[in-house]
Amino acid sequence: MDLAFSPEETAFRHEISAWIRDNLPAGWGTPEFKEPKTFEERLEFSRAWEKRLAEAGWAGISWPKDYGGRGTTLMDQIIFHEEMAAARAPQIFINFVGINLAGPTIMAHGSEQQKKRYLPKILDMSEVWCQGFSEPNAGSDLANVQTKAVLDGDNFIVNGQKIWTSFAHVADWCLLLCRTDSSVAKHKGLSYLLVDMHSAGIEPRPLKQITGEAEFDEVFFTDVRVPRAQLLGEMNMGWTYANTTLANERGPAFLAHQIRFRNSLNDLFDSAKRTMRDGVPVAEHPAFRDRLARAYAEVEIMRYIGYRLVTSILRNGRPGVEGSIAKLYWSEMVRRFQETSIAIAGLGGMLDDEDGFDGGKWNRGFSMSFAQTIAAGSSEIQKNIISERVLGMPRGEVWAPKPKEKV
Amino acid sequence: MDFDFSADQYGLRDEARRFLEKQCPVSHVREFLDDKAGWSRDLWKQMADLGWMALPFPEQYGGLGQSFLDLVLLLGELGRSLAPVPFLSSVAMAGQVILAHGSEEQRARLLPGIASGDRIAALAVSEQPQGFGGTSIDMHPTQDGDTWHLNGEKKYVLDAPAADLFVVAACVGDQNRWFVVEEGARVTPQTTYDPTRGAGSVSFDDAVADPLEAPFLFPGLQLATAAVCAEMIGAAEKILDMTVEYSKQREQFGRPIGSFQAIKHKCAEMATELEAARAAAYYACWAVASGAEDAALSSHIAKSYCSDQLAHLAGEGVQGHGGIAFTWEHDMHLYLKRIKTAQVFLGDGPYHRERIARIVGL
Repeated sequence: MDLAFSPEETAFRHEISAWIRDNLPAGWGTPEFKEPKTFEERLEFSRAWEKRLAEAGWAGISWPKDYGGRGTTLMDQIIFHEEMAAARAPQIFINFVGINLAGPTIMAHGSEQQKKRYLPKILDMSEVWCQGFSEPNAGSDLANVQTKAVLDGDNFIVNGQKIWTSFAHVADWCLLLCRTDSSVAKHKGLSYLLVDMHSAGIEPRPLKQITGEAEFDEVFFTDVRVPRAQLLGEMNMGWTYANTTLANERGPAFLAHQIRFRNSLNDLFDSAKRTMRDGVPVAEHPAFRDRLARAYAEVEIMRYIGYRLVTSILRNGRPGVEGSIAKLYWSEMVRRFQETSIAIAGLGGMLDDEDGFDGGKWNRGFSMSFAQTIAAGSSEIQKNIISERVLGMPRGEVWAPKPKEKV
Repeated sequence: MDFDFSADQYGLRDEARRFLEKQCPVSHVREFLDDKAGWSRDLWKQMADLGWMALPFPEQYGGLGQSFLDLVLLLGELGRSLAPVPFLSSVAMAGQVILAHGSEEQRARLLPGIASGDRIAALAVSEQPQGFGGTSIDMHPTQDGDTWHLNGEKKYVLDAPAADLFVVAACVGDQNRWFVVEEGARVTPQTTYDPTRGAGSVSFDDAVADPLEAPFLFPGLQLATAAVCAEMIGAAEKILDMTVEYSKQREQFGRPIGSFQAIKHKCAEMATELEAARAAAYYACWAVASGAEDAALSSHIAKSYCSDQLAHLAGEGVQGHGGIAFTWEHDMHLYLKRIKTAQVFLGDGPYHRERIARIVGL
């Protein structure tokens, strides 16, 4: 057991922190900085920032050298994410799906031709990706995907609807999970298609979310023609491949999220020290103090859990069963943290945006916290996974409606 | 980056589990439930033969030259088996305090007996139900030339009935520090909520007390706190194992209750609490053993989390078993009581969270 970083790792940490310092967008982090407000402004801002990261070769830090990436060690990836978080640098936004989900899935299951065609354009940001997974009737039950792709000559004809698709209206490509065989068990008839989002018959509609912003779209597919060559890997192997994609949703970024939470927590401490109740800062009221200290402990424990995850990857080549446990711990922790933060805001939480407490950021954080326990496998799904795959408990009976009695 | 135990450390854990399953089944633990002053001298002797007490002490003090970290998984196994021996007190708490705070002469005089198991030391800190340290320590030694004397009473002293050597927290001026009392301590064994473990009050009437060289209670108290967490992990693991196992066997409504999500999700939450508690306890053990910058903070984080979350886990373990766990005959109550006692020992959740608040500048 040794939690120290090697001299090489420390040198890399200095390199990346210097680069971030020299390259952050002008004015970033100062009170004068005008944060992008609308989705379009955020898009423009993140395109410029992520382009800069890509040009310096940081975009592909987790990608193998063979595919144009840096091929760095897991530890260096972690250090990179940690330094980005510590500097409060803007988070990866527009290219997130391409770099973290689409790219690794194509690397794992795509043909040589597909790899050559798509991967460089993800790295240099000339093409943006979205991920077509969830549907109105395929949320927690993802294998219930109903969007159909029917082979007609050299084309698939795609019909159906996706939901919670980030960046769909600006994306060039979609990693689409769709049904290619309805005659078999539901998880055995799925395939992955690489779909040109500029094709006829695709209609993204922005979905206004709980915060009033529109980060996601609903996407309607009507008789969309997708060339057969756009099939990723083999037919009806989509469920297996989807698990590759999902495994990439969490990774070395776990520890970086922890640092961003600690930043947030420090901000909350500052607010708690200057917000008075009965003439005393709320930070000194025992009830609030206990909640704030609990939040601190829980955020620190997230770091320790991150170290255990990393160690498990370093020792065994992959995260162990701790992955689902870490996700559940973290999601539920975020919900409690945001409950505490909005409690500190008090009546200030009745107002929002520029009229709100701390510019309404705790209100936004509170609303957004529900994404943690719903997205990427809800807490209930994680508990099913933990109880069945980690603890070996039996699956429940499949519910079926009782047959109607004959009159 | 390597935040896990070594193959050797896991090897020792496996060996300890095999040994304790054989030599310390619950039937053996139950032999001591009604005896306030009772503990297993047989088991202690066998553990001494295996060299467990010598493990974390340097060779010049009769030890095997291993570190505090080598104790962590072993403490877990002792928690898992509810072993009725004063190992936590003597080796992992009082012994570590002497090692961390004692002068060369004090270590050479006191540690060999502890390392061989011939002497048993206990840690005496609290004096009142809500007194965990700090200003609640109201025992003030008196000085007579070079000799110090202690008067008064320490309460809630774990393993006091087994001990012949006490490491006592006392206050000199406005500073708490450790004193060793080798003779003249009067022990009154008391009935404990956790019947697998002994405790009592210890009173001193002008007892000669030897101040350990290094002042303050830290880092000794942090080592002791981390050790308590490490032991709690083992007991909590066993609770989860028992609850999951029972849910697979027990059938109601024609199916194992473990197939109901009400039970499955309860167990998944317990597993999550346990994993977070492990991460916190092991991190604290590493931090205090290696003198890391955040050693104090991490010990408060670990104990606050283990105290509250593992006590919750233990309650859920009883609930998951239903009526059978309400019987004396079933072992679950022994684990519940083990965890509930450890929850408050050396500070409960709110106590340690207040310490966190102070350290982080709230």
